[in-house]
Amino acid sequence: MNIISFEQVSKRFSDGTEALKDVSVTIPTNKLTAIIGPSGCGKTTLMKMVNRLETPTSGEIYIDEQPVSKKDPVELRRSIGYVIQRIGLIPHMTIAENVALVPELLGWKKAEIKERVNELLYLVDLEPETFKKRYPLELSGGQQQRVGVSRALASDPNIILMDEPFSALDPISREQLQYELKKLQRKIQKTIVFVTHDMDEALDIADVIIVMRDGQIEQMATPAELLANQVNEFVREFIGIERINRKRDFGEKQLKEFQALFEKSTTSSVQPATSSMTMRQAIKKLDQDPDGRLEVMEDGAVLGYVGYHTLLQAAIQGSEQK
Amino acid sequence: MNTFFQTVVDRSDLILEAFFQHIFLSFVALAIGVLIALPLGMYVARYRKYAEPIIGVTAIFQTIPSLALFGFLVPLIGIGSKTALVALIIYALLPILRNTYAGLTGVDQSIIEAGRGMGMTPNQILTKIELPMALPFIMAGIRTATVLTVGIATLATFVGAGGLGDVIYRGLQSYNNSLVLAGALPVALLAILFDIVLKGIEKKVTPKGLKI
Repeated sequence: MNIISFEQVSKRFSDGTEALKDVSVTIPTNKLTAIIGPSGCGKTTLMKMVNRLETPTSGEIYIDEQPVSKKDPVELRRSIGYVIQRIGLIPHMTIAENVALVPELLGWKKAEIKERVNELLYLVDLEPETFKKRYPLELSGGQQQRVGVSRALASDPNIILMDEPFSALDPISREQLQYELKKLQRKIQKTIVFVTHDMDEALDIADVIIVMRDGQIEQMATPAELLANQVNEFVREFIGIERINRKRDFGEKQLKEFQALFEKSTTSSVQPATSSMTMRQAIKKLDQDPDGRLEVMEDGAVLGYVGYHTLLQAAIQGSEQK
Repeated sequence: MNTFFQTVVDRSDLILEAFFQHIFLSFVALAIGVLIALPLGMYVARYRKYAEPIIGVTAIFQTIPSLALFGFLVPLIGIGSKTALVALIIYALLPILRNTYAGLTGVDQSIIEAGRGMGMTPNQILTKIELPMALPFIMAGIRTATVLTVGIATLATFVGAGGLGDVIYRGLQSYNNSLVLAGALPVALLAILFDIVLKGIEKKVTPKGLKI
């Protein structure tokens, strides 16, 4: 089962900031849900309420219809995997001891733990014989976070919380781990709540994306839906017109393909453009004067005017066509 | 030089007795100091609001000139080794307390957060994460306290608690420089010896994963 649902959850910190405002949402089961938003939008606070690292000022969180506020926090946390941005491996314990931490706390048998550690290290692509006896500081950042992920999986929890787990890594390790998380998730099918501020990451790995702003949920949708359809200007801007383009091979399309969207006239400042100009070039040009328009010419005649908004519509239309 | 060795040989009984008294005083004061300061350090590391006042009080004790502190204690406790021990313990507290506090509060918060998130209880976090990681700091505090205590224990003679201060004091009173040296040298050697031993222990107890 492992259904996580938030019911009218609000959080006000002692300094008066409202981190969450009346949030109600149910996290899809056995899916990877990414919570995304600008910093301070409450995404981490929301996630940390699942394992009671944060407590709501009002409202309740339910796991399988059981309110978490009635559960013992220590036991609750042992039943939920947890991966943090700064990895947080215990430096004086070996890799094997780090991975074994939660099973140890749960009092598993020695042999069972040993077997599980090997299994987990294989799962995250770390040769057990090579890595088991080493210490965290002897490993690269990417390797350390692999250990971090395997540690979270150790007791085979149904729910795993990940707090910007890859954002501190170098780009190559990050991409590798994103790819492997996707692969892993196909295998293990857990309910993963993944907080990130990186839209590319969310679009790439998530089954469902929750976009937050100022302690509220703006939109919840699959990556494809989100690219095709944004509920408001904020979400549109947050996804970013450029990113929509990148995701849909839009950059190389020419302006004339979207002639139907051209404005007939304009009052803004204009820059010259040709109908064979690509979307990528057009965006670059408009970036210099975001409120301006491009005057699109073909064979000496003005076809129409193109502004940021036109490009965005074109991008959305393009993604729907696909 | 010869007169020095002659003095050592002639007064070997006195020196030896004072030497063992000195070790006794220093060692007992340190042991009690650790027993008080270590738990206190753990306490103020967990309840940070008490840290400032408690460490402040021990710091004030530290600023009292050692001779004056012995003097203050005589009317309160009288003379004898009890008085000397109390004074020495007071001096040993600050370095141990402050280093324990600094060591525990200096542990990387992300490691503690990970521990909490995985379902470790506060006591498990203390024993499995914080204490092992703070151990090098705590040991450094104990070393500082040791050197301090061995030195200050020479003043125990003024409250009639013996120690190598006796030898030095007698030497001073009788203008016998050799006797002064025969008391001072063992103090220095003792301080160095204790420090070396503790350094060895410190190395041994520093977890392997932290030496990388």
